[in-house]
Amino acid sequence: MTLNWFKFASPATFYPLAGRLIPPFWILTGVLLVIGLYWGFFQTPDQLGGSNAQKEYYRIIFVHVPAAWMSMWLYVVLVFWAALGLVFNTRLSFMMANAVAPTGAVFTFLALWTGAFWGRPSWGTYWDWDPRLTSELVLFFLYIGYIALHAAIDDTRRADRASALLAIVGLVMVPVIYWSINCPDPTQCAALHQRSGLGKIESNILFSMLTMTLAFWMYSFATSLMRLRAIILRREAEASWVQELLNRERSR
Amino acid sequence: MSDFLSQGGYAFFVWGAYGMVALVLVAEVLQLRLQQRTIWARLGRLARLSQSSRSE
Repeated sequence: MTLNWFKFASPATFYPLAGRLIPPFWILTGVLLVIGLYWGFFQTPDQLGGSNAQKEYYRIIFVHVPAAWMSMWLYVVLVFWAALGLVFNTRLSFMMANAVAPTGAVFTFLALWTGAFWGRPSWGTYWDWDPRLTSELVLFFLYIGYIALHAAIDDTRRADRASALLAIVGLVMVPVIYWSINCPDPTQCAALHQRSGLGKIESNILFSMLTMTLAFWMYSFATSLMRLRAIILRREAEASWVQELLNRERSR
Repeated sequence: MSDFLSQGGYAFFVWGAYGMVALVLVAEVLQLRLQQRTIWARLGRLARLSQSSRSE
C-alpha cells in the first residue's frame, strides 16, 4: 500500500484530522495524569536514597523530570519540522514548528520553576549558575527568541524561514543540557548533580515518573494540535475551504 | 489527609511546584480555547461584511 504523505501536508486536509485527534489525546492525558499522580503520592516511599536521604520534597521529581524531558524533546520536534519546512518548502511543516514552540517554552519554564522549588530544600538554594540550570535557561531563551523572531517579521514566509534557521542553530543546546545532567565523567562535573541512572531508581518512583512523562507528552500533542488549528485558520482565512467550513458552521 | 497535605513539613515546596504546573498548564489550555473562539468570531464577522457589501 502506498500512502501519499504529502496529501496530509495540505492544511485543508490536516485541519479536520487534527480536530478528530485532539479528544483522544485529552482522554489519554487525563487518565495518565490520574494514574501518575496517584502512584507518585500514595505508592512511593516518603524518602529517596539511603544516607542523607531526600525527604518528601523529592516528589517534585514527578513533574520536574517529565517537564525537563519534554522541554528538550519538544525542541527536537520543533527543529525537525522547521528543517522539513526548509527542505520541502511545505507550509504545514512551518505551522507545526510554530505550534510546538509555546508548549515547549511552557515546559522549559516549568522545569526551571519546579527545579528551583526542589533545589531550595535539597541544596539550600533556589538558583545556582551551574551548567545544567544555565543551559536549561538558555533553552528557555531560545524558545522565546524563536517565537519573538517569528512575530517580529511581518511576511509570514520570511518569518518561517528565518526562525527555522534560528531553531536549527539552537539545536546545539540540547546535547549540552543532556550531558550536563548525565555527565559522562563525574569528576569533571559540578558536584551538585548526581548522575541520574534510571536503573538505580526504585521501581514505583520510576513508574510514576514515566507515566507523568507520557501524560505530559499527550498534553503536548493535544495543545500543539489545538494551536495548529488556530494557526491554520488564521493563515488560510481567505481560502475557500475555510469559507465553506464557516458556512457549514453557521447554517447548523 | 493532613499528613498528605503537609508532605512531611515540605508542603510549601511540594505544592509550590505542583501548583505552578497546574496553573500554567490550565492557563495554556484556556488561552487556546479563547483564541480559537476569537478567530471564529472574526471570520464570521468578515464573512457577514463581505456578504452585505455584495448585496448592496
